[in-house]
Amino acid sequence: MREIKASAITQAVARLCQEANFVLGEDVLSALKQAHKTEQSPLGKEVLSQLIENARIAKKEQIPLCQDCGIAVVFLEIGQEVHINGDLNAAVEEGVRRGYAQGYLRKSIVSQPFSARINTKDNTPPITHIEVAAGDQLKIIVMPKGAGAENMSRLAMLKPNEGQNGIIDTVVRTVEDAGGSPCPPLIIGLGIGGTAEKAMLLAKKALLRKLAEPNPDSEIAQLEKEILAKVNALGIGPMGFGGTTTALAVHAEVMPAHIGSLPVAVNLQCHSARHKEAVL
Amino acid sequence: MPQRPPQGGSAINIISPIDAKIIEKLTIGTHVLISGVVYVARDAAHHRLIQALDRGERLPLELKGQTLYYMGPSPARPGQVIGAAGPTTSRRMDRYTPRLIAAGLRAMMGKGSRSPEVKEVLKKYKAVYFVTTGGAGALLSKTIKKVKVIAYEELGAEAILRLEVENFPAIVANDIHGGDLFEQERAKYRRENKK
Repeated sequence: MREIKASAITQAVARLCQEANFVLGEDVLSALKQAHKTEQSPLGKEVLSQLIENARIAKKEQIPLCQDCGIAVVFLEIGQEVHINGDLNAAVEEGVRRGYAQGYLRKSIVSQPFSARINTKDNTPPITHIEVAAGDQLKIIVMPKGAGAENMSRLAMLKPNEGQNGIIDTVVRTVEDAGGSPCPPLIIGLGIGGTAEKAMLLAKKALLRKLAEPNPDSEIAQLEKEILAKVNALGIGPMGFGGTTTALAVHAEVMPAHIGSLPVAVNLQCHSARHKEAVL
Repeated sequence: MPQRPPQGGSAINIISPIDAKIIEKLTIGTHVLISGVVYVARDAAHHRLIQALDRGERLPLELKGQTLYYMGPSPARPGQVIGAAGPTTSRRMDRYTPRLIAAGLRAMMGKGSRSPEVKEVLKKYKAVYFVTTGGAGALLSKTIKKVKVIAYEELGAEAILRLEVENFPAIVANDIHGGDLFEQERAKYRRENKK
């Protein structure tokens, strides 16, 4: 048994909230630079160069990459040999509270979302996903998720025989209907199989994969490639101003499903693809 | 007015509130650098403005001829004017926009396309919609020189603000002729065989 103090978790979460909002991942930045070389639309190219410059300013001056500093989605992978000394949920929540206060990040959470919509003023509660893993370490991933792209996400419970074409149609239609609103170029998280809620969680976790690293299963990797080509043929382009770069990557995760089901979840990620991790 | 070459060309400098004669000359794809006063409002503030109009109350800002920016900034650090300050999705404001334009609003800035109803109202009242780059909040914050909270401070990031901006970069997305930048540009780069 290895002891980890709840206060260490709070500190890590607070730091990751800030780092994620100020420092765009190298993988995303290099994909934007690559897209800037290949984009055919002059307006699209201009957007991409603004985004590259924006990332430079954000990192240098610790200004958030985007004013939508997101709802804090926190993934915890807890080794089964770990004992947490203190209240885990409270520790994560306090980390978000401190990170958003210390980093001058925008507080974007409202309680009673269908009526009063009162801002909680500290960006809590976070969305926390906990998994138990082997070993004696604790992995924390903080993913600030903005509303613009999240709002354009979609779940389709396909008939099993709709198969691959049904999946491709679902994703292409989702991206087409979303147009410029989710801030393309996008990263498309695709969850296939499981149940309704599990498919969406797979789609979200797919967004955490290093950008454009294909799924290790060659059939799934082929599907990712095919969808990316179709999405980029839509012409939507950066910010919807037209162009050949509507998405930077499609990341698909797949798991078994019921004989009567083919759940397909699409979770869209804007170009401000923010997530940072720490291992305690 | 021809579309300027987006890279290396020059943008038109305009002052906000924007003169009605200038709005009439703007066409989609035109790059502008906006200086002057713009007001900030997003979802919750729009809801309250419409409630105030319904009750026949005086609005906390005079809308006549003004420009609204759909935005909710991150807080300023000590010594900064404002935090990140990029646009939010305009389509969420579509249901409120016709009322506000009828009440005098003449220009809007945000991201993403507008509804057919909004485009009709832009033609009818000779108003304009500009887009700017979403997710470029740090970059755009540099053009904002002064910030004042005008109303609904309790809404936090959703309060109505009065900004003074200098050379805020935007592109005309919908003009008084019914033009739509998104449709026009998407058609140029769309390749068939998509399905």
